[in-house]
Order: sequence, then C-alpha cells, then structure tokens
Amino acid sequence: MKGIITVLGKDKVGIIAKVCTYLAERNVNILDISQTIVQDYFNMMMIVDISQAAKSTEVLVEELQHIGEEIGVEIKLQHEDIFNIMHRI
Amino acid sequence: MISLVEVQETNKMIREMNLDVRTITMGISLMDCAHTDLSVFNQKIYDKITKSAEKLVKTGEDLEKQFGVPIVNKRISVTPISIAAGSLNTDSYVPVAETLDKAAKEVGVNFIGGFSALVQKGCTTGDRKLIESIPEALAVTERVCSSVNVGSSRSGINMDAVKLMGDIIRQTAERTADRDSIGCAKLVVFCNAVEDNPFMAGAFHGVGERECVINVGVSGPGVVKRALEEVKGRDFETLCETIKRTAFKVTRVGQLVAQEASKRLGVPFGIIDLSLAPTPLIGDSIAEIFQVMGLEEAGAPGTTAALAILNDNVKKGGVMASSYVGGLSGAFIPVSEDHGMIQAVQRGALTLEKLEAMTCVCSVGLDMIAIPGDTSKETISGIIADEAAIGMVNNKTTAVRLIPVIGKGVGEMVEFGGLLGYAPIMPVNSFNCADFIDRGGRIPAPIHSFKN
Repeated sequence: MKGIITVLGKDKVGIIAKVCTYLAERNVNILDISQTIVQDYFNMMMIVDISQAAKSTEVLVEELQHIGEEIGVEIKLQHEDIFNIMHRI
Repeated sequence: MISLVEVQETNKMIREMNLDVRTITMGISLMDCAHTDLSVFNQKIYDKITKSAEKLVKTGEDLEKQFGVPIVNKRISVTPISIAAGSLNTDSYVPVAETLDKAAKEVGVNFIGGFSALVQKGCTTGDRKLIESIPEALAVTERVCSSVNVGSSRSGINMDAVKLMGDIIRQTAERTADRDSIGCAKLVVFCNAVEDNPFMAGAFHGVGERECVINVGVSGPGVVKRALEEVKGRDFETLCETIKRTAFKVTRVGQLVAQEASKRLGVPFGIIDLSLAPTPLIGDSIAEIFQVMGLEEAGAPGTTAALAILNDNVKKGGVMASSYVGGLSGAFIPVSEDHGMIQAVQRGALTLEKLEAMTCVCSVGLDMIAIPGDTSKETISGIIADEAAIGMVNNKTTAVRLIPVIGKGVGEMVEFGGLLGYAPIMPVNSFNCADFIDRGGRIPAPIHSFKN
C-alpha cells in the first residue's frame, strides 16, 4: 500500500531530515520525492510504501501531523487511492 | 504516476474549497423485527440497529484519516416505521421513535431517518398512527428524522394526507416552540420519494432494498464555485463542461469512500448521491455559484435557468464517475443552510414563489424555509399540494420542509444551529385556500403516468 506525504510551509533547515528520520524509524520506505521552493515556501511530495510500516496508517497520519506542528509546517499523509481515483479514469 | 500538481489540486479542493463526503448512511431493514408487542418490537429494532451499525462511526473516522478527506456525518436510515411496525398493538408510535433515538445515541450517529410513512395512494391504520405520532415523536427525541410521501407520478396525490400534514407540521412547530420550532426541520413531506436517499431528514431504507446497505452522499458547492471562477465570462458550453468535470472528480472521491466503507463494514455498497448540498459556511453555497455564473443575487431573473444548468451537469459528471448513482442527486437549495440564499432573502431578491419555480429544476424542493408562526395549516397544506403537483407532473422528486416558527413573524431571524443553519422568516401568500384543501380525496395521476 502506498501513501502520499505532502509537506507545505515556510522553508527552513531540517524539514526533510525530520520527516525522513521519522519514516525510517517506523519502517516506511520512501519511493519518490519531488520538491519545489516557491518564494521561501517549501512544497514537497513523497510517495512512500506503508505496507511494512510498524504502525497503523491512522497513527502515522497523526504523528506526522504532530511533527509538522512542532516545526511549523503542514504534513499530511494520505492513501494514494484518493489521487488515483480522482485523476485517472 | 501521481504528479505534484494533481496532489496539490486534490488537497486544495479539500482544504480551501470545502470538498467533503457529506454523509455515510447505513440503511438497515427492520422488516424482520415486526411484532405485535411494543416492548419486544422495540428491543428487536434496538438490537438490530446497534449491532449492524456498531462499527459505522469508527470506520468513517478511519477513512477520514486515511484519505485526508472530511466525512461530515455518519447516519442511519431504517425501513419506514409505519411498515415495520404495521402489526404493532399500540395507539402511539412515540415509544418507537424514542427507541430509534436511543439506538442512534448508542452508536454515535447524529441522525436516524425512517420515522416515515408512504401514503401516496392511501393510509393504512399503521400509517395514520405513525403520522399522528410525529409531533410528539419529534419533540421528545433529538436525532430522529421523519418523512411522509404524499404523492407520486404513478398514483397521484393523496390530498387527505396533504391536509393532515399541514396540521401535523403546525402541531410539530407548536410542540417545539421553545426551540424555534426545530421539530419541523426534521420533517419532510415528499412526492416521488426515492428509497435510497442518504440525506436527512428525508432518508429511509426502501422496501425494495436489501438487508443492510451503505449509501454515500458527496458534496462540493465550494469546489464547483472555484472552478467556475476560472472560466468567468466564457460561454455556456465552457460553463457546463467545467461543472461536469468538477462533479466527476467530486463523485470519484465519494465512490472511493463508499467502496472502502462497504468493504470494511462487510456491507454491500448501494449508491452514491452526488448532490451539491450547501453548508452555512462562506464559500460552500449554491447561491454563490449563481453569483459566479453572473447573477447579482439568487432569485434574480435567470436563476431558474442557472439552477437547471447546474443540476443537469452535476448529474452528467457524476454518472460517468460511478455506475451506481442514485438518491436525490443534483443541487439542493435549502434556505437556512446556505448563507448566500439567506442573504438573497434578506435583500429581497428571493421569494417563496421564485423558490417554488426553482424547485421544478432542482433535486428536491422547498427546503428549510422559515415562515411566520401564524401561517394556517391550510396554507401549509396548499404549499405542499403545489410542490407535490410539480413533482407528480414532472416525474421528479419534490419535497417540502417548512418551519412555521411559533411566535415569530416576517423578517425575524431563527437559529437552528449546526448544519441546519439560520434563516430569516419569509412572507407567505396568505390568501385563503381552505375550501380547496378541505375537499379531501385524491388527485388522480396525470395521463402520462399510464406506462406499462
């Protein structure tokens, strides 16, 4: 099962490090990362494999949200299906 | 491969444009609970509802987290009680409503629909008892919703029921006068009611449905409005195409949630209802869509045409997105639940008569309209008859949800709270129609009903 992580907020040092460390500790594999910075705003999308994750998706969603709150950005983890179903026939 | 642009688009629709799954409704058949003894019947329906819907709320919350899309309401609809309780030995169905209320609280859903009767061609003893129990049932319960189907294109309009419902609506208003007559906000009078409708207050689990089913209602007026802002000033073809594409995307989200919910709960998936149902939030309004289309206010000349375009293209987009589209799909135009509609009433742009004209092309009818508390029961019946006639002749569903606010008059505001919103009381044409309503009997079905 794949998940999509999006991170949005003002750019600063260590955002990717923080997210990646968290994911590594929970056995979530990162499959792809794309990232842009528009006028100081950090915008990242990650495709991750959550099928082997140490915790349930609901817990990952909550914990990532908390990390985001700590460092002042918005972090979301969503099941990939919502994007596939909306944009692919 | 999923692209960053697509991910951003989806999340923008959820975050900024109020895209949501409005409701997951579990339909539960109560046919097998029939019994002659009231306490046995109550126990059976309580047990069946609480057992079937045990995991409904939790599953909804899990899906909400996993997909990152809000699922606003989790609800239950049951077999019309007048049918399930047909053999009951009792004079009043109020204890049944109380049981439904208790079951709804136990499983954590905010509304339970199905305190209903289908009397388009005539009333059984059970139907009559149910209808007469409505005012008290809605006064003593919190989450129970009620509906009565008084007409259909195939059988005409039961004018005895129309007359009775005028009285029942008034009684319901009086019984809940201390709370701005809120009981009436939970009571719908239908013509051509659909049996797979996940939207309250008119939801019930149809007699042709299976044991248990999951129906989902999706909504996104905000999303449509923003999409239309992008094509401001362009021609009608572009306008229609834009609504269609947006409705497609919105419906796909509902389809996903519905399938996933049905899988997790082990309950078959019924239908997606792709309705544009507003909320009192700014940016989540049907009236704002009219404004983006080019009208100064809802109610301005052109509004009926605008609504027809909106309704038709929502359906066209949605039908492509899911094979099982049903319910009341289309655009809802409740007054109290839509801040743009409220504003239009306050500015004098929108009248009851214009709303009635608009209901010829919308998906339901005169919905959540506050009227003066001294409106007579005959006048209410007259409005119901008009609306039912529109439904009957045009082969469409129509409904009336009027709230005569006891003790208040034209221009005063009423506050219902939550999704039910707030509304200014609208003037009603008060010329007498009592002799017409008092005739009783049934209006025969229109000529084009005779198809077989």
